[in-house]
Amino acid sequence: MIPAAFEYHRPASLDDAVKLLAQFGDEARVVAGGHSLIPMMKLRLAAPGHLVDLQAIGALKGIKDTGGAFEIGAMVTQRELILSAELAKGVPILKETAEQIADPQVRYVGTLGGNVANGDPGNDMPAVMMALDAVYLVKGPGGARELKARGFYHGAYATALKDGEILTAIRVPKPPAHHGSAYQKQKRKIGDYATAAAAVILTVSGGKCTSAAVALTNVGDTPLFADAAGAALVGTALDAGAIDKAAKAAMAIAQPARDARGPVEFRRAVAGVMVRRAIEAASKRAR
Amino acid sequence: MSAADGTSAQERKDKLEGLGCKRKRVEDARFTQGKGHYIDDMKLPGMVFGDFVRSPYGHARIKKIDKSTALALPGVKAVLTADDLKPLNLHYMPTLAGDVQAVLAVDKVLFQNQEVAFVVATDRYVAADAVELIEVEYEELPANTDPLKAMAPDAPLLREDLKDKKEGAHGARRHHNHIFTWEVGDRAAADRALGGAEVVAKEFISYQRVHPCPLETCGCVASMDKINTHLTVWGTFQAPHAVRTVASLISGIPEHKIRIISPDIGGGFGNKVGVYPGYICSIVASIVLGVPVKWIEDRIENLTATAFARDYHMTGEIAATKDGRITGLKCHVIADHGAFDACADPTKFPAGFFNICTGSYDIPAAHLTVDGVYTNKAPGGVAYRCSFRVTEASYFIERMMDVLARKLNMDPAEVRRKNFIKKEQFPYKSALGWEYDSGDYLTAMDKALAAVNYKALREEQKANREAFKRGETRSLMGVGVAFFTEIVGAGPIKNCDILGLGMFDSCEIRIHPTGSAIARLGTISQGQGHATTFAQILASEIGIPASEITVEEGDTDTAPYGLGTYGSRSTPVAGAATAMAGRKIRAKAQMIAAYLLEVHESDLEWDVDRFVVKGAPERAKTMKEIAFAAYNKVPPGMEPGLEAVSYYDPPNMTYPFGAYICVVDIDVDTGVTSIRRFYALDDCGTRINPMIIEGQVHGGLTEALAIAMGQEIAYDELGNVTGSSFLDYFLPTAVETPVWETDYTVTPSPHHPIGAKGVGESPNVGGVSAFSNAVNDAFAHLGLTHTQMPHDHWRVWKTAEKLGLVK
Amino acid sequence: MAKLHVTMTVNGAEVEALAEPRTLLIHFLRENLALTGPHVGCDTSHCGACTVDLNGKSVKSCTVFVAQAIGGTVKTIEGIANADGSLHVLQEMFREHHGLQCGFCTPGMITRAYRLLQETPNPTEAEIRAGIAGNLCRCTGYQNIVKAIRAAADQLSSKKEAAE
Repeated sequence: MIPAAFEYHRPASLDDAVKLLAQFGDEARVVAGGHSLIPMMKLRLAAPGHLVDLQAIGALKGIKDTGGAFEIGAMVTQRELILSAELAKGVPILKETAEQIADPQVRYVGTLGGNVANGDPGNDMPAVMMALDAVYLVKGPGGARELKARGFYHGAYATALKDGEILTAIRVPKPPAHHGSAYQKQKRKIGDYATAAAAVILTVSGGKCTSAAVALTNVGDTPLFADAAGAALVGTALDAGAIDKAAKAAMAIAQPARDARGPVEFRRAVAGVMVRRAIEAASKRAR
Repeated sequence: MSAADGTSAQERKDKLEGLGCKRKRVEDARFTQGKGHYIDDMKLPGMVFGDFVRSPYGHARIKKIDKSTALALPGVKAVLTADDLKPLNLHYMPTLAGDVQAVLAVDKVLFQNQEVAFVVATDRYVAADAVELIEVEYEELPANTDPLKAMAPDAPLLREDLKDKKEGAHGARRHHNHIFTWEVGDRAAADRALGGAEVVAKEFISYQRVHPCPLETCGCVASMDKINTHLTVWGTFQAPHAVRTVASLISGIPEHKIRIISPDIGGGFGNKVGVYPGYICSIVASIVLGVPVKWIEDRIENLTATAFARDYHMTGEIAATKDGRITGLKCHVIADHGAFDACADPTKFPAGFFNICTGSYDIPAAHLTVDGVYTNKAPGGVAYRCSFRVTEASYFIERMMDVLARKLNMDPAEVRRKNFIKKEQFPYKSALGWEYDSGDYLTAMDKALAAVNYKALREEQKANREAFKRGETRSLMGVGVAFFTEIVGAGPIKNCDILGLGMFDSCEIRIHPTGSAIARLGTISQGQGHATTFAQILASEIGIPASEITVEEGDTDTAPYGLGTYGSRSTPVAGAATAMAGRKIRAKAQMIAAYLLEVHESDLEWDVDRFVVKGAPERAKTMKEIAFAAYNKVPPGMEPGLEAVSYYDPPNMTYPFGAYICVVDIDVDTGVTSIRRFYALDDCGTRINPMIIEGQVHGGLTEALAIAMGQEIAYDELGNVTGSSFLDYFLPTAVETPVWETDYTVTPSPHHPIGAKGVGESPNVGGVSAFSNAVNDAFAHLGLTHTQMPHDHWRVWKTAEKLGLVK
Repeated sequence: MAKLHVTMTVNGAEVEALAEPRTLLIHFLRENLALTGPHVGCDTSHCGACTVDLNGKSVKSCTVFVAQAIGGTVKTIEGIANADGSLHVLQEMFREHHGLQCGFCTPGMITRAYRLLQETPNPTEAEIRAGIAGNLCRCTGYQNIVKAIRAAADQLSSKKEAAE
């Protein structure tokens, strides 16, 4: 498996990168960790004439605490997410999710930006970002924009990102300190995409659920924000009946494709189970 | 006995590191330092690189191939198609199964990723670019990938080249997609047993198509020396001598002008037995271009084009008395051989040794028929870490035993115990024609049952089922019991040959004057550690420390002729040759010692590493002393030197056996299975190196886990392979792999010189059944008798759903 | 396509060569530098046979372009042995505990284990298994690999204690 030839660029600044994308248009692709793009190139399913490597751009790195939110640079790797003490404390679902992505080698180079921006419905972080109501900061020839994760995904590999735009950072609003969260993922083996997975963030007060967000991975062309599932939990004691209602609401929007992971009805059922288990885990973790 | 130098026999024995020693492997020094020498490490001056254009379709007519654009690309040296091979009569190559296989597609493609054109360029990058530039025009044809539909009257005709051939290599063909029918046993007796039986159990058992998938793919470097008209081919060959003979027969190059070399091989598991189009095309390209040509397949090519295993669809009927005594067995198999019959089996056995399917049981009457059929799938049909079709046979009988146990409402272990061939019945002649050499099945089984506390497991399972019923758990526990008998070490020349070459094997030993040695064998290690273990056999036979014996394999110019390594034949056949050659050395050494000590030969006795005068232990000659004397002081009339060669034709196969028990927990809501415990007792006869045996068992069990729980080379109706990379093809990581418990009994083979039977493949043969029986057992109380492999999440979930367990 | 001037540090030595940007790091190491220890097993970043250490991280060099590695520091199995030429304890323990058979995954496995022990000097069995989950082995069933890595960890920590 040998990729087609290309020209390589390693811009030192974000502006340079944006300029390169503008210059080469359709011919150019950005590369971060490369573990989505390079396999596609090796299969010749992608053959960009110009590869713009973002590794030298300092502005895309690092995790900033801005008070109400964390701003995570697009080039922050899964491993850095796992190692970050402040994220583990503030938004523990990020570590929990990152640990379930691929394998150690891939997590060293795979980036949060790459995971959320390329629009692969198999990626895990998009659903988590939807559940967290994260905002994607992008920069392009027309300047900077902010896009909500919940409206970002239009189809498989189709996102709100315009030609020439680069995702620069992800702003993750801090969930309340007493929140509970969980990411439940069923996969066939290490390195696999989810058969189905569910992200749940919720808060509980006085024995009642006061807010809940549920999102699903790999059971549709895009990650799915299951707002009806979240709504089914709010105001309840997160009892079996409420959880059942939420799971059914999530299953109702799941549109998985039949693949080697199993037929449609199975993957939809697993989505329901993952939602149940994620709610149960999140509810235990909520204080 | 203490020697004259004061060392005890035990001390001297320990120093030899012979039979039974957990000797550390001599291979490891290079492998741990990245200094192994695998095929893709080869680099020769002027070497160019070959790559294939492959079919995107499962079945299509080739209308046109345009190679002009590719040929114009700088760096492209040649593009071969079937039209280029036809004048050389190399467009088809003979297969081991008596069929032919297209080297490059002739007129039609018959399976997805079939080889259509071979591009040769200066490096692999240019070759890959050129592959993209070759334009092939196809006309798609209806494909059939379902073996059960292959012989339907309206099934598409696949092999136009055989259209008018009514007679195949194994008898009459009765349909255009029919390859052979193989019949063994006494049909009337089996019918009588079934007709009059108190209990009959029937089941359809499919064993899905899988691939051996060693971590290193197949590849070669062919180098034609035009000046000396000498062809050298390095490659991933499990049978280098057979490759040499085949290469000579099909190319017309005299056999002495061909040298085949297997360098280090990164795992084989059967994948590297066959001769593939890549080898032929590389050889042709090297002859045409006069430079070395390298071909290395990528993983997708490996999984979809070179070899496959299983794809056996078996219907069984088993008859028994009410108290569980088996009276008869019938089996019918539809065997999917893909587009060409390229199965790697001994000539007289088109379904391999599948007629071992009576297993470990004393079954008085049995009958077997196997129908081989063509489909639009890759050719192959290799023994994936087993002897020829033995995994299929073992899976069949071990599932049937469980199906019978359910029908009888008996414990699966008890049904087995009741029907075992008894210790005193060996050598045992089976109803389907084999003579089992030795066994003590009941002892092995009872040791296994005791080791896992089987009774307590069944009690725990009972409690689990009750708790499940009460809604207290969503997890079901399954206990899989499996017992297997392998048939390995092919084999006696009287019934085993490959392309007419008897399946003996060989060892040649040279003792150097200073008392060290080199042994060369006709086999080839692919990770089994031959360089370590064969030296151990020899150390015990000739009293030279294993550390002073070099073992060399894989070069046809230096190694004696042998049939190679597969079907667990290295220890049973080449290991026997090693011992026999060692005994020849010792016999000559004894004569020299007698001469040196001025006694009669019969006055000497062998003592670990020396000959000692009986009753006078201070008078002795060590092998080291004798070795030197062999070069300067031999008895009058004796030739100098100390060398021997043995070509060993085994009198029988060997029959390793074992008892495996698996405990699995199944989450019925998700279909996720987790292996809680796996206990494996193996009896491989005499144990040469317990460390290596244990390693082989670990590896074989892990491959069995992969097969039972997830591996599948699946095709859709159009002929597309669905899932052809490691994303989908299940190779367990360290996380999915459980901890293995190993154990053993020792029942030596009575006919093998050192009593060894072979072990590398047993854990795969026994393991698959144990996993599958465990999964089936978890649902047995709900009426399930059999569910098809692989037991991946969705299939297990489907089983639970059909039984009404999913909420 | 124009070739790039590639410079990097490999096993402690500065290297330079001309290579197409698309050259995969594994091919650059194996073919340009004749470091044939790391292997290609799957082509799709699943098997880890191509694992090398790049800038202190275990990476699958079949899924890294040489262009991305320019200026980087690479360690392969050929650079794992100790400075005095003696074998690294992992290399010794893999042999001692029969942690390899065909040897094809071994360079990637040891290189990965090397980084794992740098980061987690005293791993549990579960941490070892998770830590090598990006490296497939078809021969050993991992049990002896896990044992070898654990034994190496013990030896490294007792050496460290002895030094302190």
